[in-house]
Amino acid sequence: MSDTDTKSETGTRKVGWKPRGENTILGTRVPRIDGVEKASGAAKYAADVNTPGTLYVRLLTSDRPHAKVKKLNIKKAETVPGVKLVHIIKDVDSELHWDGDMIAAVAAERIEQAMEGVKAIEIEYAELPVVANEPLPVWVDDRDLAAAEKAKRTKSLGKRETKEFDAALKAAAHTHKGFYGIPVISHMCMEPHGSHCEWKDKENLLAHVSTQWTSGIPGQLAQVAGVDAANVTVICNYIGGGFGSKFAAGEWGLVCAVMAQKAGRPIRLVLDRATELKTPGTRPSAFAEITVGADADGNVTCWDSHQWGTSGPGGGTISSGVLPYVFTKIKNYRRKTTGISTDTGPYQAWRAPDHPQAAALTHTALDDLAAKMGMDSLEFFKKNLKLTDRAALYADELAIGAKIMDWKARWHPQGKGEKKNGMQQGLGLALHTWGGAANVSAVSLRVNPDGTVESTSATQDLGTGTRTCIAVILAETFGIPLSAVKVHIGSSKFPNAGGSGGSTTIGGISGPNRRAALDALWKIFDLVAKRYKVDAASLSAKSEKIYSGDKEVCTWKQACALLGPMPLETQSKGKKNDGLTSQGVGGIQMADVSVDTETGVVRMNKMLCVQDCGTIIDLQTAESQVLGGLIMGISYSLSEERIIDKATGRYINADLENYKLPRIGDVGELIAEFYQPDEQYHKGVVGLGEPPVISTGAAISNAVANAIGVRVPVLPMTPKRVLEALKGAKT
Amino acid sequence: MNSFEYASPRNETEAVELLNDPDLPGKSADTAVLAGGTDLVSLLQHGLVAPRRVVDLKHVSTMSGVRAVEDGVVIGALTTLEDMADSPLLAPYASVQQIISGVHAIQIQSRGTLGGDLCHLPNCWYFRNGYGLLGFRDGKSLVEAGDNRYHAIFGNRGPAKFVSASRFAPALLAWAARVRVIGPRPGQEEWLPLANFYVTPKLASQGVTVLKPGQLISHVWLPASASTQSASYEVLQLRGLDWPQAAASVCLEFEGGFVRDARIVLGHVAPVPWVATAAGRFLAGQSINEETAEAAGQAAVEAATPLSGNEYKVSIARAAVKRALLRAVGQWEESDL
Repeated sequence: MSDTDTKSETGTRKVGWKPRGENTILGTRVPRIDGVEKASGAAKYAADVNTPGTLYVRLLTSDRPHAKVKKLNIKKAETVPGVKLVHIIKDVDSELHWDGDMIAAVAAERIEQAMEGVKAIEIEYAELPVVANEPLPVWVDDRDLAAAEKAKRTKSLGKRETKEFDAALKAAAHTHKGFYGIPVISHMCMEPHGSHCEWKDKENLLAHVSTQWTSGIPGQLAQVAGVDAANVTVICNYIGGGFGSKFAAGEWGLVCAVMAQKAGRPIRLVLDRATELKTPGTRPSAFAEITVGADADGNVTCWDSHQWGTSGPGGGTISSGVLPYVFTKIKNYRRKTTGISTDTGPYQAWRAPDHPQAAALTHTALDDLAAKMGMDSLEFFKKNLKLTDRAALYADELAIGAKIMDWKARWHPQGKGEKKNGMQQGLGLALHTWGGAANVSAVSLRVNPDGTVESTSATQDLGTGTRTCIAVILAETFGIPLSAVKVHIGSSKFPNAGGSGGSTTIGGISGPNRRAALDALWKIFDLVAKRYKVDAASLSAKSEKIYSGDKEVCTWKQACALLGPMPLETQSKGKKNDGLTSQGVGGIQMADVSVDTETGVVRMNKMLCVQDCGTIIDLQTAESQVLGGLIMGISYSLSEERIIDKATGRYINADLENYKLPRIGDVGELIAEFYQPDEQYHKGVVGLGEPPVISTGAAISNAVANAIGVRVPVLPMTPKRVLEALKGAKT
Repeated sequence: MNSFEYASPRNETEAVELLNDPDLPGKSADTAVLAGGTDLVSLLQHGLVAPRRVVDLKHVSTMSGVRAVEDGVVIGALTTLEDMADSPLLAPYASVQQIISGVHAIQIQSRGTLGGDLCHLPNCWYFRNGYGLLGFRDGKSLVEAGDNRYHAIFGNRGPAKFVSASRFAPALLAWAARVRVIGPRPGQEEWLPLANFYVTPKLASQGVTVLKPGQLISHVWLPASASTQSASYEVLQLRGLDWPQAAASVCLEFEGGFVRDARIVLGHVAPVPWVATAAGRFLAGQSINEETAEAAGQAAVEAATPLSGNEYKVSIARAAVKRALLRAVGQWEESDL
């Protein structure tokens, strides 16, 4: 008996999911219950809130990579028509650390007036000597380790070597040495970071915030505004993307609250697209020199990597322990990590922190070793699964994937595939892993005497279908239609919920909702048993009726009427060891691409993810998670990249024309295949947000190498990089 | 974005008058022409232009639509890409149609106009980030010192190193199109060969076309298509909103299966649409096949002068020429593997 099971007069009632075959809605394809609102615009995001009297904000941001504010005069800006408040964020002598660093904010009646106000601010910079290369400041290229070292911008982030490494490398029958890299990308949420703050009176703030952590924001706003956290209400009904960058209120969020307080008017501060790309956060770069060795049969025996990269001024890269990725049991290894600090935008957790980079460095190097040995990549990876934590699972997933992709027929040695009009086809694969344990969230559940059910929690819907999944769980548990369930989320005044990040929300809401619902159901069963003189242990709820065995006892509504005038309320909180949720997944991806060797353009033919994720609540939202992950992965594999201009040190492509994101025509056929044997169903719910974005880069890079016979060492594989790799191979 | 006056003329005369209003404080350069707005609105938002008056041509009906004339067709500068695609009169101009379908963004197809495209300012990121048309700071070319991956590989020895942004100019130029320029005085008009329309500026103030303040393109004339075989090939990285990495348009005249005249124009490789004279000359007297198309592509890029970071564009331009030629004679199909 677990700590959540309860005892009734008729014996132990066990918390758990239903036996697999008995679900009627759970695990099926359920469209989002708020889909129409989202698609029609009825759903209001923080960026939509526009109450009477609202002032709009535009920011003055630094156009220098590293400077001090020498002079700052806001007088003229204050006199621009429509401007109501100019707020200084970084005053004279403040240091600015990147192009886009926030300096001042102008609030005006209209956004255009705010823009005029920004233009009217007089500022002089004292450029700080980034590195002497007069007269232009030099940006330290995070790819160029030697330059970074010369500029004294590096720091060692760890070294580790196993005893037998040298001997193992010497003994290896086959070795491969290569350079691989994956640059910085920016958070690029469809709904930019921002909020709308309205002071109801001097003490009470109502803030609509685009956030991944509704419960975590009030304290941050209260502190900066000098009021009690109890006086702050944060609302986040919908959020247009967060991906790790919206846990904190952010400098812009704090400024919004303070400006609203100062102005005595509601303020909307939503970042413009350029600032959105430059400031809220980036995914660190990672580059590495890697040597791998294997015995004569292709068993990997040793790994050597020196990795470096940047996370902005902080000077980190991906953590030192993540290489070699997935194949963690490679016995002999040598690892070295160097961080580089650059005058560029700061780090924020990006969907599956460190994992996409680690996969892109590890599984490409391993694939090149396989190619050098003349081995089929699939056979090579299969042979080495013993070096992973989930050998059997990966083997099953690879087998499923190989069948779907027609691997045997379509795979060929690197560069030896079919060619037509300059196009060459290739196949690649990679593996991934993630935790996905539940976060700690609390739920208050109410069953009304009319049979409707309400779930209330401060959790948020990142766009992944949180409302829908809660409704599915409750509809399944009570045997009622989705329309009888109301889900209240997204207010800091609701019971606390964990932040939505790291694939923790589905577990975080599934456990407490199922538990609270079972608790309520069992209480109702006891009432039914008493009233209808049946054994409570024999009762079940389905199709809006209560059954005793096969026999109908009463309707759901009749059962709920037994509650009397008051609703029944139950609560549950947190992650418990009752089998409802779990953690730890694998997953594999396979890519089929065509590369135009004359133009360097890579076209996606097909992209597959075979994914395990324990119990599936809603198959449709689960599939959407995977498809979204694949698209995001295709993006950073082929086109998405922050470009820092070496002449100015500026983020030169901070716009949606040059920060290239794929459109629907660019992604090819996408397949989400779930690995769902019974043991996965019985495992419990595991989060699915991060896994499908992880191995895409490595799989596509391997497919491109398989197509053209040359490794394009750095992502994204743009026409420029593909053609340069082809040219390098010729000379 | 600055505050501006909005004017909505109903005919060409009014449009020219509003653009050259002596009562408007400041210079006539302080007016801007609004067609589809796909470029102008972005320029306004980034403060790259700050007109006192925006003249919206939407209601100048004589500037929309396609009509047949004795020696060809005339396209109003306000005709949208979508309307051009739908016009049976333009169906024979394959190279033009291929450009329209290459503009994958349906918003631009339905909103963007031919005249707007021809006058589209460069997408150079130094220009768009406020370093002026030529991308200079402290007397030095940022393009040269910085990231020039998308910049010119021809005609880049002077201070201008951006690439001409027009999608249609190469195709229209290969067709020997003419443009009707009106203004700056009411009633003033001139038909110019498109070949004389674009300029490579030495100074930022010179702009990218011969248009003087207060002038605009009202119409484009194309000669009768007759026996000309045409095609365009744009190398696009993405199938959504994206600019070509390089492009080529060709117009071919044949005599007994051999090329009598070949006009080949490259796009997005130079500050102006770049006429590949050598490649055209090479093809005279040849038939078009894989081998001659490849050789013509090579001839077209022989004199390229790539910058520090854009040598790859030479290969792309070469492929574009080859593929446009093959496409013009029905020998090119996109391959799926």
